[in-house]
Amino acid sequence: MKSSYQENFLTNLYATMFRIREFEEQVFELYKIGLMPGLAHLYIGEEAVATGACATLEDKDFIGSTHRGHGHLIARGADTKKMMAEILGKKDGYCKGKAGSMHIVTLDKGILGANGVVGGGIPIATGAAYMAKIKDTKQVTICFMGDSATNEGSFHESLNMAAAWDLPIVYVIENNLYGISVGLKRVTKVADLSERAKAYGMKGLSIDGNNVLKVYETVKEAVDYAREGNGPTLIECKTYRHKGHHVGDPGLEYRSREEEDEWKAKCPLICFKEALLKEKKTTKKAIADLETSIVQEIKEAVEFAKNSPYPDPSEAFEDIYS
Amino acid sequence: MTQDKFKEITYAQAVAEAIDEEMARDENVILMGEDVGIIGGNFKATVGLRDKYGDWRVKDSPISELGIVGLGVGAAITGLRPIIEIMFSDFMSLGMDQIANQAAKIRYMSGGQVKVPLTIRTTIGGGRSSAAQHSQSLQAWVAHIPGLKVVVPSTAAELKGLLKTAIRDDNPVIFMEHKMEYNKKYSVPVGEYTIPLGQANIVNEGDRLTIAATSSMVMRSLEAAQELAKDNIYVEVIDIRTLVPFDKQTIIDSVKKTGRLLIVDEGHLSFGVGAEIGMKVMEDVFYDLDYPMMRLGTEDVPFPFSPALEFPIIPDTKKIYQKSKEMARQ
Repeated sequence: MKSSYQENFLTNLYATMFRIREFEEQVFELYKIGLMPGLAHLYIGEEAVATGACATLEDKDFIGSTHRGHGHLIARGADTKKMMAEILGKKDGYCKGKAGSMHIVTLDKGILGANGVVGGGIPIATGAAYMAKIKDTKQVTICFMGDSATNEGSFHESLNMAAAWDLPIVYVIENNLYGISVGLKRVTKVADLSERAKAYGMKGLSIDGNNVLKVYETVKEAVDYAREGNGPTLIECKTYRHKGHHVGDPGLEYRSREEEDEWKAKCPLICFKEALLKEKKTTKKAIADLETSIVQEIKEAVEFAKNSPYPDPSEAFEDIYS
Repeated sequence: MTQDKFKEITYAQAVAEAIDEEMARDENVILMGEDVGIIGGNFKATVGLRDKYGDWRVKDSPISELGIVGLGVGAAITGLRPIIEIMFSDFMSLGMDQIANQAAKIRYMSGGQVKVPLTIRTTIGGGRSSAAQHSQSLQAWVAHIPGLKVVVPSTAAELKGLLKTAIRDDNPVIFMEHKMEYNKKYSVPVGEYTIPLGQANIVNEGDRLTIAATSSMVMRSLEAAQELAKDNIYVEVIDIRTLVPFDKQTIIDSVKKTGRLLIVDEGHLSFGVGAEIGMKVMEDVFYDLDYPMMRLGTEDVPFPFSPALEFPIIPDTKKIYQKSKEMARQ
């Protein structure tokens, strides 16, 4: 760990990861007691990717998210109350109950949207980068995607254009090894997905996606490179989802308990907390206080969401056209 | 308007003029698509724009329909006003996720936070021996999706006014140009004008039959109307102009007068524009009808290559004349 890192910066990273973890645990609870309509795709286990990546951005920048988007949104500073209300289909949600877990948009945080279609957000994020390029706004876009999105045509078409035109964008792959039940190795020959960058004349890197500082440092370099007008980078973050594909999937049939245990031992929160304590960057007491306050914050988000009214049925007919 | 305030230009020139005027008016308007730049478009409808506005605002794209529509969506929600060209409506299939699931839905899914000022220009129409993958009129595909607007202009003058409005609209608009029209000359008003979306246009008044038509079928219907007038059958021809938003009232008012409705659209007949418009107006005009509503469209077969096979399956002036004559009998 670089000595130049300030305690505040480091504990903020931990706080963000813990906030995501706690938020997701509570979403899972709400699902289990039947309060959450539909489904949600939990980010538990992958917190270091969103946290490290979003820490590199300025307020004016953009992110494109995925169906597994809660982590990206929280890391970007979205309001957990409005997120939770949206996930419960309530009127006070970010999108007034029209989006749900998979489609939350909030442009005031530069969040172009979670996206229910695998790979669907990649061209859209690329379009934000095109805008920034031709308007010379110096805004950078981080486009998150899962490993399976790299097998979609939208990945190929977007990365090709971004490279051809030196667009200010960083493509971040969260490789959690599975597309629902199908192991990546069974459907994809390359071991490191960043190898695909070569096909576009783009720099590609594969890193440990459970190490928040590694993610931060790698993405920071790519964001700076993009902001200086040099073009895109593809970064593969190798990680793992501790839960199934979504809240209703126990994830038992297609992967081994040994594999799960191996990855849970590499939990990004535990590893980072241990590193912080070992290098005396913070104290157990400070961490415990931080965790307590975040647990309370998420509890309040759940209460806010539960107490928010459902939208009136007539609202189904609003917001279709401007 | 007096005659000296009109000029003769082609339909393709009308496209270029509309885009040129809007690009000059608003620096956020950009154009992107396959071959739109250096050669000025596959149908020569964007000639001169790249020279005038530069490579970034008039961008030749790779052959990546999904990518460019999605890029347009992203640019639109972050402040640009992109015009994306898909050379043939048949190729909308390649970009359909971005058209139907993204462009159409983002405003709604965001609870109204986001605007998507995106125009997707594409082409429809058979008659060029382009066979099954370059000839379809797929307006029904996109009109089916809530969140999109769909424009099917008739003449060059109509096209120009409607395209300018589409570009200024804050919603995704699918703008369908008829590829057999590009080289035809039309009388177009000189100077600035726009035509609102959602207002059908009565282009010929009559009392015996209403023909509601889209795109070039408006011109074929007018030709048929001229022939029918020689038989003392006076038909009202309505240019539908836009499928979404749809002006139901103009058609209802006309059918209440004539008691007969023929709908002509070049898309395939089944589950198409004719069926939908018929049902849209049915509950208002049922008791006014003197004859069952009828429709003409392209037969339910893939477009064949040979002209000997192709022309018989597309509606034309003669078919409209014959169907009208049958319907207009007392």
